[in-house]
Amino acid sequence: MSGTMNITLKVWRQAGPTALGKFEEYTARDVSPEMSFLEMLDVVNEKLVMAGKEPIAFDHDCREGICGMCGMMINGAAHGPSKLTTTCQLHMRSFKDGDQLTIEPWRAKAFPVIRDLVVDRSPLDRIIQAGGFISVATGSPQDANAIPIGKPDADESMDAAACIGCGACVAACPNASVSLFTAAKIGHLGLLPQGQPERYRRALKMVAQMDLEGFGGCTLFGECMEACPKGISIDFIKRMHGDFIWGAISERPEKAVLGSG
Amino acid sequence: MKLDAKIPSGPIQDKWDTHRFEMKLVNPANKRKYHVIVVGSGLAGASAAASMSELGYNVSCFAYQDSPRRAHSIAAQGGINAAKNYRNDGDSIWRLFYDTVKGGDFRAREANVYRLAQVSVNIIDQCVAQGVPFAREYGGLLANRSFGGAQVSRTFYARGQTGQQLLLGAYQALEKEIARGGVKMYNRHEMLDVVLVNGVARGIITRDLVTGEVEAHVADAVVLGTGGYGNVFYLSTNAQGCNVSATYRAYKKGAAFANPCYTQIHPTCIPVAGDHQSKLTLMSESLRNDGRVWVPKRKEDCGKKPSEIAEEDRDYYLERKYPSFGNLAPRDISSRAAKEACDDGRGVGPGGRGVYLDFSDAIKRLGAKEIGDRYGNLFEMYQRITDENPYEVPMRIYPASHYSMGGLWVDYNLMSTIPGLHVIGEANFSDHGANRLGASALMQGLADGYFVLPYTIGHYLASNKFEKVTSDHPEFRAAMEGVRARTARLLGINGKRSADSFHRELGKILWEKCGMARNEAGLKEALQQIPALREEFWQNLTVPGSGDSFNQQLEKAGRVADFLEFGELLCQDALHREESCGGHFREEHQEEGEAKRNDDKFAYVAAWEYTGESSAPVLHKEPLEFENVHLATRSYK
Repeated sequence: MSGTMNITLKVWRQAGPTALGKFEEYTARDVSPEMSFLEMLDVVNEKLVMAGKEPIAFDHDCREGICGMCGMMINGAAHGPSKLTTTCQLHMRSFKDGDQLTIEPWRAKAFPVIRDLVVDRSPLDRIIQAGGFISVATGSPQDANAIPIGKPDADESMDAAACIGCGACVAACPNASVSLFTAAKIGHLGLLPQGQPERYRRALKMVAQMDLEGFGGCTLFGECMEACPKGISIDFIKRMHGDFIWGAISERPEKAVLGSG
Repeated sequence: MKLDAKIPSGPIQDKWDTHRFEMKLVNPANKRKYHVIVVGSGLAGASAAASMSELGYNVSCFAYQDSPRRAHSIAAQGGINAAKNYRNDGDSIWRLFYDTVKGGDFRAREANVYRLAQVSVNIIDQCVAQGVPFAREYGGLLANRSFGGAQVSRTFYARGQTGQQLLLGAYQALEKEIARGGVKMYNRHEMLDVVLVNGVARGIITRDLVTGEVEAHVADAVVLGTGGYGNVFYLSTNAQGCNVSATYRAYKKGAAFANPCYTQIHPTCIPVAGDHQSKLTLMSESLRNDGRVWVPKRKEDCGKKPSEIAEEDRDYYLERKYPSFGNLAPRDISSRAAKEACDDGRGVGPGGRGVYLDFSDAIKRLGAKEIGDRYGNLFEMYQRITDENPYEVPMRIYPASHYSMGGLWVDYNLMSTIPGLHVIGEANFSDHGANRLGASALMQGLADGYFVLPYTIGHYLASNKFEKVTSDHPEFRAAMEGVRARTARLLGINGKRSADSFHRELGKILWEKCGMARNEAGLKEALQQIPALREEFWQNLTVPGSGDSFNQQLEKAGRVADFLEFGELLCQDALHREESCGGHFREEHQEEGEAKRNDDKFAYVAAWEYTGESSAPVLHKEPLEFENVHLATRSYK
C-alpha cells in the first residue's frame, strides 16, 4: 500500500437554485489510496461540520455503482477519469499526491442546481413517463416461456437496459443532449417482442418529451458513450433515429374505439 | 394489543384461493374515491403503487431519493426464485415452500410462505411481459441457475443486475401510472410520522427534503414499503440512506415490531479496508457456485501470499464441515464459519478479518473465459475496489450486514397492529423466519406488491367506513408540530459531534455485541452503552444549516436518532431469545458449534409493543404452528 496523499479541491458551492454559485478551495489531507472518492469527500465534510460550516452537498446512495444517484464533474470529466466507473466507485488510487481537482455539478439547462453538486434530474423520469414502458397491467399474462427471445436480442436488450439514469451522458455532451439515455430505453424495449406493439409510438413520444424538457440535440459527438459508466453504445441512438423516422412516416391517428362511449 | 394473524382455515394449498374469494371487493367505480399512500418506491412499494393505480385507486407514492428508480432493491445482484420447474429437476411450489420454511429455521409463518411460493410463478410471467431482459438460452427460453443453498435451479437472473432490472420493470409500470394520473409521486420526501385518527392510520407527515417544508398527507390507508434496518450496524451492504425511521415511527404509534434480532449477515462481502469506510460491497453469492472458500490451516501462514500456501496447508472449512452443501451452505452458516476461522486467528488480509474465495480450480476446469462469462462484471467490480485481480489471486471476503428478516408485525393480509397501516417487502417480518435464502427477497417484495396487497387492501377498504378527515384535524396538526419540534431540537443542540460519528459508534457496539454471535453478557453491556450514547447524542450533536432548506446533515441526524432507539430494541429482542436460530446465534445455545433451537420455548414470533420513552416495551407472542413442514434440526452436513 502506498502512502497517503494531500489533494486540493476546488468545489462548486451554491446555496440554492437561484443563488449565485462560486468555487471554494479545500485541502483533503492524509487521503488513503484505498478510499473511494466519496469517502474522501465525507472526510472533508466531517471537518467542515466540526468547524460549524455547512458541508458540501452531493447526491449518493448505494455507493456500489448501480443506483445512479451520484455524479459530478471531476476536472471536466463526468464521474471522473476512470472509464466505466461511477463517482462512488472511483477510488483515490486514481490520483496522486498534490493533485488539484475541480469538482462541479452536472451542467445542463434541463438540470437546475438544487444545492452545491446536487441537481434536479426529474426530466429523466418525465421522459420515461412519455413512453418508456410496456403497457401491461398486473394480472395474469401468458407463461414467461411462451415468448421465446433469441439470446442475441435478449443480450443486446440487456446492454441497453443497463443504463442507471445518472445523467452523465447529458453532462458530458457539448449540446447537453439526453439522447443516449432516451435511446437506451427505446433500445431495451424495442429489441424485445413484448415491446413491438408500442415501438414507434414510444420513440415519437419519448423524443418529443426530451425536446420539450430543453435538452440539446444530438450531433453524434460520442462524448456520452465515453462518459457512460455502463458503456451504453451510441449505436442505440442510431436505432432511436430509425424508430423515430419510421414512426413519423407510419403514424396513424388514434381512432375512437368502438364501444368506448 | 392482541395479535390475530387471520390465517384462513383449510388445507394450506387452498388458503389463499379461498381467502381471495372470501375477501370483499371494492366496486370499480368506487375505487378512485379511495386514496392510498405508499411510502417507498422499491420493488414492493413501486409494484404495489402501480398495481393499485391500475385497479383504479388514487395513489400517492413517496421516496427519499430523487427518483423511484434509485431505491435500494436496485442493488440486488443474484436473482429471483420461482417454482417454475423449467429445469425438470424436481422443483414445485411445495418444495419452494419447504425450502423457505426450513431455510428460515422454522421461525416463519407457514401460510404466508406457502402463498409466497404460489405467486412466485406469476411474478416471472409479469416481469417478462413488462420487458425485463432475463438471461436466456440459445433456444430463446429463460435460463436458470441454482443459488444460495438450493438444490434445484429455480433462480431467474439478468446478468449480475437482477434487482436493477426488476426494479426498472416496476418503476416503468409506476411511471406509466404517474403519466396516466393514477399515482402522484413525491420524490425527495421523507416520511417522519404516521397519523392515526381514532386509532386508525389515516395519513403521514413528510418533510420535503429540498425546501424543508413539513407537509400532511391524508389517506384512507397507508402502506409502508420502506425496506430494512441493516444500516443500524453502520457498515452494511445497504445504501447510505436506508433507515429504520418509517417503521420505527410506526412502532412508536402502536405497530408491533417483530423479531428485530433476526438480521442477516451476508457471507460474501469485500472486507473493510480502513477507518474511513462508509459501506461494504456485496459480492453476489452466485460466486460460491464456482469459488472455493478457504483459510490457512496454520496461523503462521496468514501473512504469506496465497500462492505460497500449499494445497495441504489450506482449510476448505465449508467443504470440510458441510460435505453435502459445501461452499453453497446457507448464508447464516457460512458467515458464522468465516467468523470462527478469523476468531481462531486464521483470517487473511488487513486486520485478519477475511477469508479467501478462490477460483483457481474453476478456472483450471472451465477456463478463464467461461468464468469471465459467468462472473466478469463481479470480478471487475472487485478489482475496482481492491485493486487485485481475482483471476490471479483469490478474492478476500468477509461477512457484512445485508438484510433484516425482522420488521413490523403483519397479519395474513399484510396489515400491522395499527388498522389501515399495511407493511410490505423487507419492512415486514413475515416470510423469511430467522434466515432468508438467496434470491428470495426480490420474490417477496414483488409478491407483496403485485399479487397480495392489491387484493387485501381492497378488503380493508370495503370492510370499513371512513369519516372525512382533513389535514386540519387535531391529530394531523399535533403530528406536524411534533415533527417540527423534533427538527428544531436536532438543530438546536449545537454540540461537538456529527451525526455520522454517533452512527459509527452505535454500529461498532452492535456489530461486536449483537452481530454474528451474541451472548448474555455482551448484550447486557450493549444495553448499557446504547442509552448512554443516545443521551450524549441529544446533548452533543451538531447539525449545521437550517431546517428550511436542503440539509443532508439534518436528514442523517433524524435517522441516527431513530437507530439509537431501535438498536436498544434489537438487543432486547436478542437477549430475550435464549436459543439460536438462523441469523440469531446465541453462543450459550449451540451443539458442536451448530445453532441449537429451542422449539419448546421459542417457536413464536416476538412482537414488541412500544409503551413510552421511560418504560420497557411489552412482548407479545404469536405461536408458530408447523402443520405441513415438520420441525426438524436444520442440517446442511
